[in-house]
Amino acid sequence: MSAPEGALVSRRLDWRPPALILAIALGSLVLVGNPSTWLTLTIAGLAMGLMIFIMSSGLTLVFGLMDVMNFAHGLFIALGAYVGASTVKLFSAAASADSFLANLGAIAPAVLAAMLAAGLLGLFFERVIVRPVYGDHLKQILITTGGMIVAEQLILVLWGPDQIPVERPATLRGSFLVGDMAIEKYRLIAVAIGLAVFAGMMLLLNRTKIGLLIRAGVENKEMVEAMGYRIRRLFVGVFVAGSALAGLGGALWGMYQESVTVHIGASMMVLIFIVIIIGGLGSIGGCFAGAVLVGLVANYVGYLSPKIALGSNILLMVLILLWRPQGLYPVGKS
Amino acid sequence: MAENLLSLSGVHTHIGHYHILQGVDLVVPRGELTMLLGRNGAGKTTALRTILGLWSASAGAIRFEDSDITQRDTPAIANLGIAYVPESMGIFAGLTVQENLVLAARRGPPEEARLDWIFRYFPPMKKFWDLPAGNLSGGQKQMLSISRAIVEPRKLVLIDEPTKGLAPAIINNLIEAFAELKKTDTTILMVEQNFHAAKSLGDSVAVMDAGRIVHAGRMADLATDDALQTRLLGLSLEAHQ
Ligand SMILES: Nc1ncnc2c1ncn2[C@@H]1O[C@H](COP(=O)(O)OP(=O)(O)O)[C@@H](O)[C@H]1O
Ligand SMILES: [Mg+2]
Repeated sequence: MSAPEGALVSRRLDWRPPALILAIALGSLVLVGNPSTWLTLTIAGLAMGLMIFIMSSGLTLVFGLMDVMNFAHGLFIALGAYVGASTVKLFSAAASADSFLANLGAIAPAVLAAMLAAGLLGLFFERVIVRPVYGDHLKQILITTGGMIVAEQLILVLWGPDQIPVERPATLRGSFLVGDMAIEKYRLIAVAIGLAVFAGMMLLLNRTKIGLLIRAGVENKEMVEAMGYRIRRLFVGVFVAGSALAGLGGALWGMYQESVTVHIGASMMVLIFIVIIIGGLGSIGGCFAGAVLVGLVANYVGYLSPKIALGSNILLMVLILLWRPQGLYPVGKS
Repeated sequence: MAENLLSLSGVHTHIGHYHILQGVDLVVPRGELTMLLGRNGAGKTTALRTILGLWSASAGAIRFEDSDITQRDTPAIANLGIAYVPESMGIFAGLTVQENLVLAARRGPPEEARLDWIFRYFPPMKKFWDLPAGNLSGGQKQMLSISRAIVEPRKLVLIDEPTKGLAPAIINNLIEAFAELKKTDTTILMVEQNFHAAKSLGDSVAVMDAGRIVHAGRMADLATDDALQTRLLGLSLEAHQ
């Protein structure tokens, strides 16, 4: 259908959150002083933020759509990290070759295997753990936390208790030199993948019927059902896709850290909860803005004042919620 | 008299510990507009929600055409050709007018002729086609909610207090549109507190009180019987005229 004449400009983007991010970035340029250091911090912040975005995007939709509190989300991240690490090891010849195309022969299977494993675990988890406790937050918290503990033990059985080193593929090590600035290659790759995931999700949410249904369901799932759609099926799809993305994020994060422990997922969960709350529960745009904000602030503060780095993101959350109690891009529940 | 498209017999509904519907007997004749009246809290909304399976009936039977739909879930009931305009309107604020209508149209993209028909009675739908529905005024949101319900042919449309809180000019606009809708094959069950609107649109009428139907008959008979009106609806409804 074409838009009839007189249609107004659609969906104006709320510019204040991006402006805030820009202001923080420019403000910290003044505080940091050295542009080259600042650029390094900014790119590190963006890379961290976008990897967190990949990990948290599914969780915010799961909460928005079905009001489900999944405290075991970190599990999908951990599984993705382990499966990714093992797959890279399996393809170590391709990973250590000095050609990007050859490296891709290790990265692609690693990423796909991580997503597949996490997605399958998500499917199982939704059926067995989450489905029986719809509508009861306390039970959700208890049983997903319990499920997480059990699954972590299983990971320990499969991969052992020791930290696993992850070899970054050869062409992703080191830095590009721009003038006197060194830009770590892997960070650029992480940013590119994060942007691609964000673009893909925005396209899906805004241009497909499934996307429309997800957005509508986040607002008012009862009305979606009254229109004849089965929200439960939609939710399973979102849960599995969100788990797979968490697996992707875990695989990328493991390669970034160059090591994996069983706590890799749980250790991210505080930041992930901060991101989805800052963004506005159920909002992908908000999750993206929140993740970038959290990544940047963590890196700027970590450099400027390492002592308060730990608390800085909690402070950020408090300030954002004072400004916008429903998050940066609130989802209108009706 | 016309055959019944929908019938409720002895329907009880519990919400939590509350016993809200206490044996509702109601018939909705095919091709007619049935008005459901009654004071606030009588159970009208609960009756509509129970028909649609949003609450499940704890006893009694709900029949639609030839099937018993009492135990079916909401999507299955909706897919029989039943649309719902809830009291809260239930529009998707973050979706555009167009996207709201696209979701409501289950048999593929909305037909041009239907859209033209909707645009004729609800011009703002055309004007704000690409605008998020959250930006619409209250009256325009109600128009959108109704447009969604009629974006394709339905067998039954359930409409809950469409004129609530709207300006008189918009109410007249809605009454006109409903009068047009009545000329199509659509059967309508409408809750309405505005007795002027109810009188001019209703073919048959049912009055609820305390979770039961206390009167059922032709709207014309009720409209001309002041004593019956006063007894059933009291002064509170007269005030709306
Ligand atoms: N979700 C609910 N929980 C508890 N009680 C409810 C709920 N919804 C409605 N009720 C009660 O059921 C009765 C009928 O409500 P309702 O069907 O909304 O009446 P009406 O639409 O006729 O004004 C009222 O007493 C109301 O307080
Ligand atoms: Mg009501």
